Amino acid sequence: MTIPRLLLPPEGENWSSLETYRRNGGYSAAEKAIGSMEPAAIAEAVKASGLRGRGGAGFATGMKWSFLPKDGKRPRYIACNADESEPGTFKDRQIMERNPHQLVEGLLIAGFANAIDAAYIYVRGEYRAAYEALTRAIGEARAAGYLGRNILGTSLNFDVFVHRGAGTYICGEEPALMESLEGRKGQPRKRPPFPAIAGLWRRPTIINNVETMSHVPGIIARGAQAFREIGTEKSAGTTIFGVSGNVQRPGAYELPLGTPLREIIFDHAGGLAPGRQLKAVIPGGVSMPVLTAEQAMTVTMDHDALQAAGSLLGTGAVVVIDDRQCVVRAAAVIAKFYRVESCGQCTQCREGTGWLHKLLLQVESGHASATQLQAIEDVTRFMEGHTICGLSDAAAWASGWFLRRFRADFEAHLDGQGCPHDGTSFEI
Amino acid sequence: MTLSQQLIERIRAEFPKYPEKRAVLLTALHFVQEEQGGWVPPELIPEIAALLEIHPIDVKEVASFYHMFHEHPVGRSHLQVCTNLSCALRGARGVVRRLEGVLGVRPGELSADGEFSVEEVQCLGSCGSAPVIQVNNEPYLENVALGDVETLVAGLRGRRLAAVGE
Ligand SMILES: Cc1cc2nc3c(=O)[nH]c(=O)nc-3n(C[C@H](O)[C@H](O)[C@H](O)COP(=O)(O)O)c2cc1C
Ligand code: SF4
Ligand code: FES
Repeated sequence: MTIPRLLLPPEGENWSSLETYRRNGGYSAAEKAIGSMEPAAIAEAVKASGLRGRGGAGFATGMKWSFLPKDGKRPRYIACNADESEPGTFKDRQIMERNPHQLVEGLLIAGFANAIDAAYIYVRGEYRAAYEALTRAIGEARAAGYLGRNILGTSLNFDVFVHRGAGTYICGEEPALMESLEGRKGQPRKRPPFPAIAGLWRRPTIINNVETMSHVPGIIARGAQAFREIGTEKSAGTTIFGVSGNVQRPGAYELPLGTPLREIIFDHAGGLAPGRQLKAVIPGGVSMPVLTAEQAMTVTMDHDALQAAGSLLGTGAVVVIDDRQCVVRAAAVIAKFYRVESCGQCTQCREGTGWLHKLLLQVESGHASATQLQAIEDVTRFMEGHTICGLSDAAAWASGWFLRRFRADFEAHLDGQGCPHDGTSFEI
Repeated sequence: MTLSQQLIERIRAEFPKYPEKRAVLLTALHFVQEEQGGWVPPELIPEIAALLEIHPIDVKEVASFYHMFHEHPVGRSHLQVCTNLSCALRGARGVVRRLEGVLGVRPGELSADGEFSVEEVQCLGSCGSAPVIQVNNEPYLENVALGDVETLVAGLRGRRLAAVGE
């Protein structure tokens, strides 16, 4: 069976010019939608397709769109989340650099379906190449009459703008992204109000990930049913699995949801170096609970199966760790990420992320005892469920699950023993 | 010190994209930083604020919140090395150590000739081609091997001399 490609051009190809994109069927979905479909029918198709958000939480996209008010008041906005900053995650960048028009087309269709005036793509500041590819694509689309005023000769007006962030993971969180786009510090805000009611500039706003929006043209062109047929019952379509760490062919692999993790690691990403064994796998970006090798060998990469295995799909970013590596070090670098990226508003998160990092470094160096392991557990409980946004929970899960699933490795460091993998493991 | 007329025009050209001028703040800071060689001198903050019709403190707090904006001078080549998990698993720590040896600076420091600075960053979104370095805001250097470090540094030095010779 050939693997369907819904997001990326074939290996080695780049469709970033309007000409190549159109040669491969580009903008036919937008022409169909705007020329012959009612906005409500488009939103219905997205709902029927079973598309779920690809930014990490897996929320049903059609449902999210339906929260917009029906009062017809304008303006309304789309905020497209291209902040992609969680270690392990590099999938949206593939779309923006190699197929940017598909994102623009997705935004245009979503804009038409939801009576939106403008979309802002919030792209992390480091992504220079993605920024340039998007800027070029938008310029071409505008010149060709797909954006701007009287789109395709109709009365539709809609535009897309690229907005550069400046290197902070927290700006990928919904309210923080909107604060940042408005020109403020990217600090999360309590919800409600939800963005659909009061988002950008207090106007109704839908916020979706790059990959989520890039699926929309395919759903319109091929139909909701065709999308549903790929993947599993509750996790429809393909996704881009970014595979990194100790594999022979790290990279981005577009595959149906529900693909066995084992197949992703061993067939697509080339498996481990000769003689090495699998130790641990993070299945969805470092926020998601780590899996042991045994769990990783049997799980499939869809929402239900990962949840049943005690983890989550997240961004589908697979980080592979082999048996030479120290899992305490892995937990410590992840803890450092959260310490650096916490926005500092909530005490539990600001203090907790720092404590976790410090405690993990103590364990790694051998200067710890059972007391420190208990402290890690206590801190994670203190951090979970008590803060404005999900960063604190993510940090707590990451450390907590490493400890719970690899307790023997942690214990092997204690009371002056130090790191048993010193010399073979990666360094921090 | 003042903003150049060209820069002011570039910032103003962004206004029509948004319902409020303030939304241009991050973009304006990027422009200023590029023109100033990698940092935002504090003397320019009141001018940026006036242009966007906000208070200087609004600019200051944003400039200090975001990792990419620098409030102190950085090297003409500012090297951001990712040391988080995917890069660490493929040798990022060794790359940082080699850079420290070759340049004689530690992360957070500026070399005596003002040529280089090194910063450890958390993830550049290029985990599948780790380890990764970004010089200034240019396209990434991917799959950096330990043996590449000397050549990389030599290339960056040479590039500046070529630019001066033009
Ligand atoms: C701390 C934090 C960081 C996040 N970073 C991102 C990100 O970089 N990109 C993204 O698409 N979603 C990110 N999310 C998830 C978004 O808040 C949101 O769920 C998503 O953009 C919604 O789009 P979707 O429904 O299309 O997935 C983050 C969430 C949190 C709590
Ligand atoms: S949980 Fe952390 S990142 Fe989120 S708002 Fe609180 S302090 Fe900021
Ligand atoms: S962890 Fe280094 S680029 Fe993502």
